[in-house]
Amino acid sequence: MKIHEYQGKEIFRRFGMTTPRGVPAFSVDEAVAAAQSLGGSVWVVKAQIHAGGRGKGGGVKVARSHDEVRDLAGRILGMQLVTHQTGPVGQKVRRLLIEEGADIRKELYVGMVVDRTTQRVCLMASSEGGMDIEEVAAKTPEMIHRVFIDPMKGLTDAEADDVARRIGIPDASVPEARAMLQGLYRAFDETDASLAEINPLIVSGDGHVIALDAKLNFDSNALFRHPEIVEMRDLDEEDPAEIEASKFDLSYISLDGNIGCLVNGAGLAMATMDTIKLFGASPANFLDVGGGATTEKVTEAFKIMLANPKVKGILVNIFGGIMRCDTIANGIVAAARETHLSVPLVVRMKGTNDELGRQILEDSGLPIIAADNMADAAQKIVAATKGI
Amino acid sequence: MSILINRDSKVITQGITGKTGQFHTRMCREYANGRSGYVAGVNPKKAGEDFEGIPIYATVREAKEATGATVSVIYVPPPFAAAAIDEAVDAGLDLVVCITEGIPVRDMIRTRYRMQGKRTLLLGPNCPGVITPDELKIGIMPGHIHRKGRIGVVSRSGTLTYEAVGQLTEIGLGQSSAVGTGGDPVNGLKHIDVLKLFNDDPETDAVVMIGEIGGTDEEAAALWVKENMRKPVVGFIAGVTAPPGKRMGHAGAIISGGKGTAQEKLEVMEACGIKVTRNPAEMGKLLKSAL
Repeated sequence: MKIHEYQGKEIFRRFGMTTPRGVPAFSVDEAVAAAQSLGGSVWVVKAQIHAGGRGKGGGVKVARSHDEVRDLAGRILGMQLVTHQTGPVGQKVRRLLIEEGADIRKELYVGMVVDRTTQRVCLMASSEGGMDIEEVAAKTPEMIHRVFIDPMKGLTDAEADDVARRIGIPDASVPEARAMLQGLYRAFDETDASLAEINPLIVSGDGHVIALDAKLNFDSNALFRHPEIVEMRDLDEEDPAEIEASKFDLSYISLDGNIGCLVNGAGLAMATMDTIKLFGASPANFLDVGGGATTEKVTEAFKIMLANPKVKGILVNIFGGIMRCDTIANGIVAAARETHLSVPLVVRMKGTNDELGRQILEDSGLPIIAADNMADAAQKIVAATKGI
Repeated sequence: MSILINRDSKVITQGITGKTGQFHTRMCREYANGRSGYVAGVNPKKAGEDFEGIPIYATVREAKEATGATVSVIYVPPPFAAAAIDEAVDAGLDLVVCITEGIPVRDMIRTRYRMQGKRTLLLGPNCPGVITPDELKIGIMPGHIHRKGRIGVVSRSGTLTYEAVGQLTEIGLGQSSAVGTGGDPVNGLKHIDVLKLFNDDPETDAVVMIGEIGGTDEEAAALWVKENMRKPVVGFIAGVTAPPGKRMGHAGAIISGGKGTAQEKLEVMEACGIKVTRNPAEMGKLLKSAL
């Protein structure tokens, strides 16, 4: 789960990390009131969307008067902000963060993720902050310093100080940097984060170490123990189809193609998408119905796929294990009837009760195209949708 | 022979009183030597009772001491599953198979840390389990698609493992053992570990290795194969079409920073002498061609 920058900074402050003073705003008037309450003479008006790259896309601007705050807030609120992470359509800006301006002497990068190989949280830090860190990692990997954190000890003083020095924190500011880095690890660990980033982390003109940005993602498997984080969820930032799917415990992700896919198991679902591509078409979605599909779940899955106007045909690929093919077949028949299915449907079923499942589909009288294997299924749906 | 488990393995079910644990324990008992293999269950509140004749003990240690079991399978709900693994490790079992899906990564980081230097092997979590056809099934895979034979199968994903097994069986190639390592980012046995076991197993002639996007397990395994494997390995990687940065369901398949893409994995595998296919319907045929 993702949250906004201003929410991330609230969490940061709880762990003793320094951020600029700021106030979230949902309207132009609130933005001006925020600037007034903050005082000072320079403010930053920051679009709050979940995607990164907001500055380059024109979603972060500096204002030097209340009128300018008003003007910028008016322009940014409601804009369709396009960044390299939003896709070409962009994301509508509904929230702003109004912050006091910062005096930046140095821009650095700090991030944390779980490293699969060492099975520890990895702190990554670089003196090259404020720019595209993936480019830094690709072109100059030696500029990224890593620490694999011992889960029992946490980030030690020595480790934190060493990293701080390596990324060019001046000696006098090292104690503040240590507090920042250790705070970040505690925040990451105690909130069950899956990703944390501060880009940029700055050293200010007077030597303070400040998190100018905050990005936090959370492990969805751990949300059950963090109701305060669940409350930060902003459904406006998520794909409506994915939200709908999650209500029925379906794992769904929208893609750009026109063949809807319904599969059990994430690996098989990806393999099915790959097979569709191999035979010249593109998948419209990833959809894993999971292990315990019921007729209701299959029907909902069909509705979600068919709500996408690009879908020209559907491929169902089921390898029945615990899930019996006859259960799925009944679900498919019910779903096809309820949705008045008008696009071609190819079904491939294998595993537990597959013959019974195929019989149910055949007896339904619906124009369902049966397939023997994954490749056969992909070829049949590609052929059936050609020219539609 | 086989790897990890055989007809003589004795198994404890942790979470035997839950709906999932009951269902799968029943299915596993019905498969091959399951009747004699499943010897104990664990639930501290129901110690002294039994599940369809399988005695229930308060702790894994007690179950082990009473029955001589050396393997456990876990169906405990996600908030408590990592602690269940810890308990099995502390009891000194040889192998723990954790089926539970949805364990917080933070819990697994601590559990794996505690396992350092311990003898217990962990398979999973979020995995289908392991089966040695005609001998013993530990996990949620459909037993009837398997045939006894000499091909090893290792995969992260459940249904994609079944797919490979189904194809092998269809063309007359049985399996020595089929292992699903699970889709979670922090887990136990990885491709490389399972390949080492297959390499040392005199009754395995060749291996199908199935991977997916994310992480670098397949790359590490491929490099090991190049230097050490004495048997043919063929492979497939799911996720060529997965867009970067998107998490594809519970597979935990996420690509970051150009590493872990399907394309990259396929290239490394090919460079290491592993025959690969881009068509998942042809995994079985590819293996046959490599024999």
